[in-house]
Amino acid sequence: MKQRTLKRSNAPIFWALFGAGGMLSALFGPMLVFITGIAVPLAVVLPADTMSYPHMLAFAQNIIGKGFIFAIIALFLWHAAHRIFHSLHDIGIHAGTGAKLLCYGLAMLGTLIAAYALLAIGF
Amino acid sequence: MSEKQKIIEIEVLRYHPEKDKEPHKQVFEVPFTDDMSVLQGVQYIKDYLDGSLSFRWSCRMAICGSCGMMINGEPSLSCQTFLRDYYPARVRVEALSHFPIERDLVINMEGFIEKLESIQPYIIPRETRTLAQGEYLQTPEQLDAYEQFSSCINCLLCYAACPQFGLNSNFIGPAATALLHRYNVDSRDGGKSQRMELINSEEGVFNCTAVGYCSEVCPKHVDPANAVNQNKTNSAADYFLRFLTPKGGAK
Repeated sequence: MKQRTLKRSNAPIFWALFGAGGMLSALFGPMLVFITGIAVPLAVVLPADTMSYPHMLAFAQNIIGKGFIFAIIALFLWHAAHRIFHSLHDIGIHAGTGAKLLCYGLAMLGTLIAAYALLAIGF
Repeated sequence: MSEKQKIIEIEVLRYHPEKDKEPHKQVFEVPFTDDMSVLQGVQYIKDYLDGSLSFRWSCRMAICGSCGMMINGEPSLSCQTFLRDYYPARVRVEALSHFPIERDLVINMEGFIEKLESIQPYIIPRETRTLAQGEYLQTPEQLDAYEQFSSCINCLLCYAACPQFGLNSNFIGPAATALLHRYNVDSRDGGKSQRMELINSEEGVFNCTAVGYCSEVCPKHVDPANAVNQNKTNSAADYFLRFLTPKGGAK
């Protein structure tokens, strides 16, 4: 048998973020689309000022609200980055390291911006 | 031949490496009856039309796994695919996708054989037992855990179906992973940590993007996609928990 040196893949990191983001988007995505895209603008079910600035600021300053916003933004981005990266591969674009850096780099950038903004907005 | 004799056109991908620069198609007109398989169609060509046509076959009943071909672009066992289902249209027969062609419909399966060896497809006993201790006993539940994965006949249809193997032939791939899993989940086996090294590697399960076509084309109803994806979870758990476990997880 040919002897091979096997290198451990670091894919589990990206796969775990992808899985977590996928789970979260499946659970919360439709609800968020409904609230932000239908219920609030049309003032059905929810009052029209649900997403007013003072309400959203209070939500973002609450530690649980902060965590929710961060998880939604960061994990959705990691999910999308992984999906887009592998879809490129599936349709025959093997951009390799460049595409990887671009996809995951954008997710990382979005994560850092979200973290910074959420911290900057205060508690 | 009677007047009612039906004739089907079979388009075969030909390639003789000594003579041909690249594979090319050749069309044969083959008389057939409703009970004839595509394999019997190509056998007719070899016996009566062109003796130089090369293909692998043996059992004619979906047990040996030799006669896998792309039939109208789908990975299929030619012995259980019937000409009547294509008539009156032409049927296209080609060597299995994603493998180097040795000659005509015969592919080079050396890469797969190496993979098969590398997964250690045999029971590595969990504990040494003497003959006097008798056989290993298993409950029906323990049998269920691995039984379907043991039905693989190495026909390689799943590799021809896998777009990821097509892009990266280093990927250990569906059948080898299913067989690896078959031994890992066998209650008599203790070789999991040795095999996980391959699963965790860059050649391992994370090449899979969960397309699932491998399980669809399997003629023995093995579900290799399931084995691959269960091992993504196993591998991810090992990746993150290896620092916590006393032995440091699999290598």
